[in-house]
Amino acid sequence: MRPKLEVKDVSYSYHELTGETVALSHITFDVKDGEFFAVVGPSGCGKSTLLSLLCGLLKPEEGTVLIDGIPHGENSAVIGYMLQRDHLFEWRSILSNVSLGPEIRRRQAGAHAASRDELLSMLRTYGLENFSNSRPSQLSGGMRQRAALIRTLAVKPDILLLDEPFSALDYQTRLEVCDDISSIIKTQKKTAVLITHDLSEAISVADRILVLSSRPGRVKAVLTIRFAEAVRPLERRNAPEFPVYFNQLWKELTGNETSE
Amino acid sequence: MKHPNDIPSPSPRQLAYLAAERRHRVRVRLVRGMLLILFLALWELLAELDIIDSFIFSSPGRILACFLQMAADGSIFLHTGVTLLETLVSFLLTVVIAVALAVLLWSCRSLAEVLEPYLVMLNSLPKSAMAPLLIVWLGNGMKTIIAAAVSVAVFGSVMTLLTGFTQTDTDKIRLITSLGGSRRDVLTKVLIPASVPLIISNMKVSAGLCLVGVIIGEFLSARAGLGYLIIYASQVFKMDLLVMSIVILCLLSTLLYRLIAVVEKHVNF
Repeated sequence: MRPKLEVKDVSYSYHELTGETVALSHITFDVKDGEFFAVVGPSGCGKSTLLSLLCGLLKPEEGTVLIDGIPHGENSAVIGYMLQRDHLFEWRSILSNVSLGPEIRRRQAGAHAASRDELLSMLRTYGLENFSNSRPSQLSGGMRQRAALIRTLAVKPDILLLDEPFSALDYQTRLEVCDDISSIIKTQKKTAVLITHDLSEAISVADRILVLSSRPGRVKAVLTIRFAEAVRPLERRNAPEFPVYFNQLWKELTGNETSE
Repeated sequence: MKHPNDIPSPSPRQLAYLAAERRHRVRVRLVRGMLLILFLALWELLAELDIIDSFIFSSPGRILACFLQMAADGSIFLHTGVTLLETLVSFLLTVVIAVALAVLLWSCRSLAEVLEPYLVMLNSLPKSAMAPLLIVWLGNGMKTIIAAAVSVAVFGSVMTLLTGFTQTDTDKIRLITSLGGSRRDVLTKVLIPASVPLIISNMKVSAGLCLVGVIIGEFLSARAGLGYLIIYASQVFKMDLLVMSIVILCLLSTLLYRLIAVVEKHVNF
């Protein structure tokens, strides 16, 4: 079966008057349908550039990005993008916030997006039905991220891109929300690409992890993560495989063994 | 989550704090009022005792008498109304023109960069220097006054709004793009709603500047209005009339500011 997402020999540089910065150099990988794929790397390794390329905000200078075998921009594939902060609009209610995508899509011919009833039922499924008329400021951090996820799912995306979506939360909330959101994504069998600098987070949610080198970003390794029991992200952290994978990743990133 | 009903009854210490705060607020208001009364009383007293010449410095009593007399024949309402009308018209024009221009400049980076030095120049140019030119171009009358007022306020507004627009969170713009939105969606769904507080706080500044512009205009080319009254009063040496006009201007500008503050309170999120 053809991979959902194929990245072939992609390079990208930023151009400024003061000079050129190579952000990514000859990146190649693919993501299978329904797979939860994570990308880790040191800061400044071009993770965010990679995401911008994947969702079409940037065009690769070299190489191609294929979704279902068709180049990005030529197909009608919908990418759901979750950002570092939830970016719920304070001037809109929760229901109005999650309808942002359908509102924009509705004007475009042939686009499919959730109807109002579907949105309401999604809010109900994820425990936000009592807050549909609330303002974002009335919700807790975790609920806000759920609302942001619903807003992303509302455009019925083929692929979900997650750009450190939990990094703005405090540690405890972060663990809970990560557990919550990634369980939803797995239940929905969505193909997801998570970009993070948090190794534990990557191991606790991903099926495979790609390690990027520092700038310019190159593929250092791709690790397959397999836990004996299919468990939730929070439980993975206590599984015996967890420290093994952590050490392996750490070694790939730094070239050293951990002291453990 | 905010549930007003969940708040437990306040502790004695909280109650004491609230009472102290209330006392503080009452005291501030009291002193504020006393200051005005004291000032007016002192002024009146000094004038009564002929320590200051009330022909030159006027006095609260004479100002009030002047006001009552002009209120009786209705002329003061005409003059205040004219100034208010001119201010409101120029204020609305300023807001509309400033928002439209700022949106235009935001949507076209090259145009903004080309026009930037000219905007800076027009903004720092003393607009009172332009007023005689406007009289030649537009004639003696309301058109000139409104044009003068708009020219005083509009350039600064455009620059403030444009700066605000360009500082809009790029992630929010990214979000719209990722949902398939066009630049128009960015404008209508992020830029304008996110800039409402900025636009309103800028309106406060504009209202004050428009009043300045209107008075400049009325000084030079008017047959009615508070600016006209001030010039006329100084020429015929009617200090009561002059000071009264200034007092009404004070009240007018405060009123405008308060009105916008009320609007601001209602749209704040």
